[in-house]
Amino acid sequence: MTRLAGDHAPLSGGDRRFYAVLGLIGGLYVLLLVAMLVADAAYTTPGHLWAALQSPEIQYAIRLSLLSCTLTTLLSLWVAVPLGYLLSRTHFPGRDLVDLIVEIPIVLPPLVVGLSLLILFQTAPGRALEKFLPVTYAIPSVILAQFMVACAFAVRTMRTTFDQLSARPEQVALTLGCGRSQAFWLVAFPAARRGMLAAATLAWARSLGEFGPILVFSGATRFKTEVLSTTVFLELSVGNLEAAVAVSLLMVATAVAALFILRHWGRETALGEPRRS
Amino acid sequence: MIAVEQLQISAGAFALNGISFALPAGSYGVLMGRTGVGKTTLLEAICGLRRVHGGRIRLGEDNVTDWPPARRNIGFVPQDAALFPHLKVREQIGFSLAVRKQSTEAIRQRVEEVAGWLGITPLLERPIAGLSGGEAQRVALGRALAFQPRALCLDEPLSALDQDTRESMCELLESVQSRTGVTVLHITHNRAEAERLADCVLDLRDGQLEVRHA
Repeated sequence: MTRLAGDHAPLSGGDRRFYAVLGLIGGLYVLLLVAMLVADAAYTTPGHLWAALQSPEIQYAIRLSLLSCTLTTLLSLWVAVPLGYLLSRTHFPGRDLVDLIVEIPIVLPPLVVGLSLLILFQTAPGRALEKFLPVTYAIPSVILAQFMVACAFAVRTMRTTFDQLSARPEQVALTLGCGRSQAFWLVAFPAARRGMLAAATLAWARSLGEFGPILVFSGATRFKTEVLSTTVFLELSVGNLEAAVAVSLLMVATAVAALFILRHWGRETALGEPRRS
Repeated sequence: MIAVEQLQISAGAFALNGISFALPAGSYGVLMGRTGVGKTTLLEAICGLRRVHGGRIRLGEDNVTDWPPARRNIGFVPQDAALFPHLKVREQIGFSLAVRKQSTEAIRQRVEEVAGWLGITPLLERPIAGLSGGEAQRVALGRALAFQPRALCLDEPLSALDQDTRESMCELLESVQSRTGVTVLHITHNRAEAERLADCVLDLRDGQLEVRHA
């Protein structure tokens, strides 16, 4: 029998039926998820996987995916830590509006993000920038498309992180001789490292799966703007289902690995957390 | 000396108006009053963590009303100790000295001296996870004392402790004060604790402060 919070209390027949119904409803979803992945795995063979990995186009897509996701993650953290801190700790004018705006990419259809970026770079300032740095249909557009969405998740994660960290230690640091910036760097920043890891993993995984905005804003040109999600689409559209599934499995494995890293490191650092009083 | 003159603070739903008192240098003041009456707010204002809307706060001869907290040199021990989650006990206590860029040797000496007073020398190399409530309060007290503050503000430092630990912390506070001669302002609900420690009891009721000397 499952262990429950405040466990060891004896269960009556009614209690058992209650948990059985909950378990059944939740279990169906979990089963569906697992069945989906098992079907993927059963569809492909090591030979297909190997062939996919040998293809130069797919190798390029893997490299571009790794590079763009990592750059996007760094950029997202660079923005999310200060913005999350400001939103959590300060009450500047217009804060509620900023809070609303940074949530927009989370609720917006991804395709619309791509279309909006495309339009933005058709405006006069956008075209002026393109003269110095080609963005649309080039590699920077991949990173920008990923960043617009991933950063919103990173900001939300960092904001929640700072919300959950008491401001008291920072106040104590002020009385101990720190300015605001020292209190941030010496106290809040190290205490938020677990949240930063979570934000980075989320941003990375989110960027890896980004497709809609990249298709619209970057195109799907082989050896140029093709990332792994584009590969799945391209292979699928030419009827090469084996390669599409093989690349999908590669992405599943990477995403699961990211999840494990997050859980494992998250737990390790949790041991260093203060008791909640 | 801590002196507060006609202080006005508003915080959320309530406001404190025209609060005045003076704690002579080296005395032990105890601030009492019911929950939500504004004791912590007053303490935060003295430490510089809350903006005041009128009146003055003086430390000795200095009018510190508009000074940032760092410049006031007040040791602050909040109710939940608020230790820094990522630092060992030694680093907590030496924090203010490291911020003041003192030498490693000077910091080591001072940390060990303060830890000796507080009976926490065996804890110095420990992380703060796993410290008991009483130990955490001692570390927070050590952290607030290390830079030789001109005043010490304690927000219910004994409220979360069991009876025995509370007794030993009371003795510790008495010995620390007689050793350092620092002016103390200490918030408590506990009348016995107040009578035992206080030279001066400040009773905050309905926004008014009543001062009684022991």
